[in-house]
Amino acid sequence: MVSTSSIIFYILSFLSVYVQVFFLVTFFERKNKILVRKGVISLPEYPGVTIIVPCYNEGETIRGTIESLLDLDYPKDKLKLIIVDDGSKDNTWQIIKEFEKYPNIKVFHKKNGGKYTALNLGLQYLDTPFVGCLDADSFVDSEALKRIITYFDDKNTMAVAPSVVVYEPKNILQGAQKAEYDMSIYTKKMLAFLGGIHVTPGPFSIFRKKVFDDLGPYRHAHNTEDQEIALRMQEHNYKIDHCPDAYVYTVTPNSIKKLYRQRSRWIYGFIRNVIDYRRLLFRKKYGTIALFTLPSGVISIFAAIFLFWMLGYNFFTFIYKKIFIINTVGLGHTLKISQNINFDPFFFSTKAIFFITIILYTSVIIALLIGRGILEGKPRVSFDMFYFMIIYSILAPFWLLKAIFNVLRSKESSWVLEREVEMPKKQNATTI
Amino acid sequence: MQQQFDWRRYLIVFFITLALFLTAVYLSNYFGNKKINQLKSIQDTISIDILSSETQFSLLSELSCKNVSDSVLSSELNELGKKLEWGQENLSNTDEVTYLRKYYSLLQIKDYLLMKKVSSRCGKKSAFILYFYTKAESCTLCEKQGIVLSTLREKYPELRVYSFDYSVDLSAVKAMLDIYKIKDTALPALVIDDEVLTGFNTIEELDLRIKNSFKLQETMPVNNPKTVTTDKIQ
Repeated sequence: MVSTSSIIFYILSFLSVYVQVFFLVTFFERKNKILVRKGVISLPEYPGVTIIVPCYNEGETIRGTIESLLDLDYPKDKLKLIIVDDGSKDNTWQIIKEFEKYPNIKVFHKKNGGKYTALNLGLQYLDTPFVGCLDADSFVDSEALKRIITYFDDKNTMAVAPSVVVYEPKNILQGAQKAEYDMSIYTKKMLAFLGGIHVTPGPFSIFRKKVFDDLGPYRHAHNTEDQEIALRMQEHNYKIDHCPDAYVYTVTPNSIKKLYRQRSRWIYGFIRNVIDYRRLLFRKKYGTIALFTLPSGVISIFAAIFLFWMLGYNFFTFIYKKIFIINTVGLGHTLKISQNINFDPFFFSTKAIFFITIILYTSVIIALLIGRGILEGKPRVSFDMFYFMIIYSILAPFWLLKAIFNVLRSKESSWVLEREVEMPKKQNATTI
Repeated sequence: MQQQFDWRRYLIVFFITLALFLTAVYLSNYFGNKKINQLKSIQDTISIDILSSETQFSLLSELSCKNVSDSVLSSELNELGKKLEWGQENLSNTDEVTYLRKYYSLLQIKDYLLMKKVSSRCGKKSAFILYFYTKAESCTLCEKQGIVLSTLREKYPELRVYSFDYSVDLSAVKAMLDIYKIKDTALPALVIDDEVLTGFNTIEELDLRIKNSFKLQETMPVNNPKTVTTDKIQ
């Protein structure tokens, strides 16, 4: 007999496999169009670019961030930096002031108002045809900007997202995030091919000035302004591309608590933005974003929670059975029985659910490998991938549930709060 | 620039995903059938063993107990029982498993009758428990009783437990239920040394009864003293 939970499992796993197959089909169709350049390139002309760096309590990393921008292989007279201190309480402003002497750097200090207000302040001083933002916990590769600019040869391209890579992963948790970020290079590129990117990440997405001229400045957008601007662009059919070989290194949360906070905010923002832009959903004229990206994001939330519920249910049933046995015959006998178990392949599950789970995990491993392949030139299996699958299976449902809970309560998590709690250690505010 | 709706991609992906799912279902059925066949083959082996022992026993009769082997090991029957129970819950072809379970019940009765004869004639140390339970409605006490019996079986290899599902549609089992006057309201029920015990029996109570059962046999006169076992039970 098929139970309700089996039916839900089949539906959710079907949709989850569908998402992975969708990416895979696109990959095999377009893999020759994934451009990964190794060496130094030069452009026929270098358009003016402004990079806005919003910061709040980023004393530890801001220097490295600005220096990485100064090290960009791009003519200095074409590259302007606007550093905005959003009312930091640490030494961020003192560090920023040291860079005031550079002719192409403008620095601002303002009362705290949230990341989007810092970005919008920068936008007011915009006088170049291109503009980007770089979170103050990220560092750019010196070739990144040139590589991104080549994508604007296409007159329809309105924004280009880079490949965000985890900066020096130091523990298992950061290793797991590395695998995840690498995988998202692949999924983002596939979405770019189909015009379905739903986020232009805070670290170093570059926009045409026209985007903000036409569509207006950043919005609060539930603290995920980088998702909102992308959705706003999608609504107006502004093309967003992805440059897989423009690397931006970002510092990722190094503890479960920080990761939990960051992801609760991302997912909260995602859900709220999907609600705000629900008019896009399943409308043919908006294409991939409406028919695939946003629905698959929602599905993945439910799938992760359901999978967790199923694992939890099985785990507690197992524990309950053990306790039942102990209650019936006592601990001594229970231990004796446990010792006598010898493995018989007969008892190995051959239910369809078992094979579907294998398909599901295999598809995720393939996605991880392709992402790694695009980043490093060839697919490489590493422990990070298994850390990712194990850690995220266990932890993700918690932040997903927290985000849903917050949506229901309409309670926002703020990037300021995230940083104040974590002070002096910091956390990135970017959605990948 | 308006996005193009590429419905073909969505359709192709749907069919690929469907193919993957059907493969999963096919594999599940394939391995499920292999398991059913495995169960059948185990049952056939046991069936042949029982038949062979019966024949051997009839042939030799009282002449020599030495040659009557303990052909079907208690553990083999138990193993088959466990596998059938697992199959009932985990294999999709439940009709087949139900059929095999009937067959298994029959084998158990045959083994019980034969082993009882062997035991009394040849003085083999053994104890028999007939266990009636139900799967039809949730019977927590039956589950508990099952655990107790499994534990005792581990402790005493000479103990033979024959378990029967009350609701199994088999005349032989129904006959046993009639003989021992077992009602579905009084499950779990046990039969030890022809005494019917209804309701849950703790491990201590049963342990005592099994030991008594062994003692009973030790004091029984036997035809062939050589085969009497005098091992002390722990």
